Amino acid sequence: MAAAEKQPVTTAGPFNGVLTWVDQRFPLISLWRDHLSEYYAPKNFNFWYYFGSLAMLVLVLQIVTGIFLVMHYKPDAAQAFASVEYIMRDVPGGWLIRYMHSTGASAFFIVVYLHMFRGLMYGSYRKPRELIWIFGMLIYLCLMAEAFFGYLLPWGQMSYWGAQVIVNLFDALPIIGPDLSLWIRGDYVVSDATLNRFFSFHVIAIPLVLLGLVAAHIMALHEVGSNNPDGVEIKQVKDPKTGRPMDGIPFHPYYTVKDTLGVVVFAIVFCVIMFFMPELGGYFLEYNNFIPADPLKTPPHIAPVWYFTPYYSILRATTEDFMWVLAVAVIAYATLLVGTLKAQSLRVAVAAIAAVLLAGFFTIDAKVWGVVLMGVATLIFFLLPWLDQSPVKSIRYKGTLVRSVLAAFVVVFLVLGYYGTQTVTTTGTIVSQVCTLLYFAFFLLMPWYTRMDKTRPVPERVTW
Amino acid sequence: MRQAMVWVWLILAAPMAAIASEAGLKLDRLPADVNPNDPVSLQRGAQVYVNYCLGCHSASYMRYNRLEKDLGLSEQQIRDNLIFTGAKVGELMKNSMDTRDAREWFGAAPPDLTVIARSRASHAGSGGDWLYTYLRSFYRDPSRPTGWNNTVFPNVGMPHVLYALQGEQALRTETQLIYRPGGKKEDAIKVEVTKLVVDKSGSMSPAEYDRLVADLVNFMVYMAEPAQQFRKQLGLYVLMFLAVLFVLAYALKKEFWKDVH
Repeated sequence: MAAAEKQPVTTAGPFNGVLTWVDQRFPLISLWRDHLSEYYAPKNFNFWYYFGSLAMLVLVLQIVTGIFLVMHYKPDAAQAFASVEYIMRDVPGGWLIRYMHSTGASAFFIVVYLHMFRGLMYGSYRKPRELIWIFGMLIYLCLMAEAFFGYLLPWGQMSYWGAQVIVNLFDALPIIGPDLSLWIRGDYVVSDATLNRFFSFHVIAIPLVLLGLVAAHIMALHEVGSNNPDGVEIKQVKDPKTGRPMDGIPFHPYYTVKDTLGVVVFAIVFCVIMFFMPELGGYFLEYNNFIPADPLKTPPHIAPVWYFTPYYSILRATTEDFMWVLAVAVIAYATLLVGTLKAQSLRVAVAAIAAVLLAGFFTIDAKVWGVVLMGVATLIFFLLPWLDQSPVKSIRYKGTLVRSVLAAFVVVFLVLGYYGTQTVTTTGTIVSQVCTLLYFAFFLLMPWYTRMDKTRPVPERVTW
Repeated sequence: MRQAMVWVWLILAAPMAAIASEAGLKLDRLPADVNPNDPVSLQRGAQVYVNYCLGCHSASYMRYNRLEKDLGLSEQQIRDNLIFTGAKVGELMKNSMDTRDAREWFGAAPPDLTVIARSRASHAGSGGDWLYTYLRSFYRDPSRPTGWNNTVFPNVGMPHVLYALQGEQALRTETQLIYRPGGKKEDAIKVEVTKLVVDKSGSMSPAEYDRLVADLVNFMVYMAEPAQQFRKQLGLYVLMFLAVLFVLAYALKKEFWKDVH
């Protein structure tokens, strides 16, 4: 009998008996050891390593506040807006729960964007952590879906017209488009049917998937071990006596207390926003969304919430004229690939794909390509582990070229985000178009510039 | 390598330079001495609201008896001074105007105003600023069905409800000369300026009217988020608690990490 072979728990004082009983029936102690007390994390984590645990915190916050909001919210086109105001006024503490949830939505994206940027800087997606990155990207996609569905629920003007615009994007797809968007909405316009299904997705479907993915993300992480700012594998240098990584420290208590500090600092920033500027200048709660949804009155300026705006900019940048620029870019990139690839079959494939794209650019509406580019812009992150060909992982040992390119990418992302919040102007469109090209260049040229880059030698052990 | 870097920065310079500010509607500021904690101002605002606004504009997410707690009124005072519809004190501030009638009379149904102060905020100013400017910007315009127009909300369907108090304004276009410092009169630039002028005075002086509007707007800002004062108070306590927690968490981290070498 396996249970009897386990050692009794001896370190929990008065709880020894209970814990021994549980441990003989459930892998309690081994889980505790594998994921906390004997999970060895590199000791040189810096500021950027707080955001993983903070993302978990915000996820819990969103779920808990969400549970309480659902108790009072009414997913009904005739009552939704009023029920949110009811929560803000008549439900005891309702305003606090609602603001936690609305501030938490934006905080989630801030934390996740910083978490992803950490990955970009220190090469956390590189072998053997490709699956962690892929799970993480799936989490990011789920998060975007979750935010999109959730944003319809207050049933304000921005909720309504934002959903209308995004669902109409599917309308642009050839052949299946109109039926697809009808199927998503459940009606010919965004309506009560849409609100009900979005509510269902927001509170059940997506959170379930999200939780599963988070579990997979962490299981994969604990299988291969955490990366660190030096990009050194700590498992390669182990203490010969104990077999533990020399540069590793147990996650608990060292990182539990450190992350507690991070949580308190995060809570301070979060509370300053939530208690003193919950709308954050119209970025966290859009002013227009305090007007109940009116299907007959299109607002003059429809902008998605800030966390979607970089992609929205890419969508809007894809104009009729821009297709010519894209065509040139595709020809140039295909030439580059054909010149680099050795296998004849691959060369032919590249040329064929380029030809299909070029034909498509001028036969299918530019709007469709905007949707495609927007989709590719989010999905292209999945390829990072294979696009990055640098001999080193961490930015610390990469050269000026890669550092500059990463800095440029951050600026491009922010500029795209900025223009996504603004009304369309000629300058705005041109700048967004330049930034769209740079955005894709960051990924598509990565195999070349990471090889050209002059890297520095990586130390044996982490720097501390 | 260096050259590549220069290129990267050159390409970036364009978008950075292109981020420019945009000009918009100019709004007067809600006077700074209008205190959201001042019950007298809020009570007066509530009184103006139920007398002049509520007939057309419901405030249907707001309950009358919320004013007990927040404005320091008794149930009897609310019943005597603020409820004209026979509503019970725990009911929502609704009116009995029929939407179809309203559409026929004004072209559009008058919107519910409970959260209007939040929806009217923009980069030009707070929602309070917008309302304060709007309510003081009606002018006579015979071309409009109601005979009124507004500089903040051109061709608005709403007539000037408070004209008996403010009087009647007219929109005048004047030519102003702008002199260069030390320049001659011939070099001055002519600029057309439109200005609102009180043509026929009402029962209030401009200062009294501005005060009335300020109190009304104060009430509307309060009504848009009744919990806002408590929110800020609670926020201070929470931050004080977090400051203490920060010290403890920092000390705890320091203590544990002493033995990491």
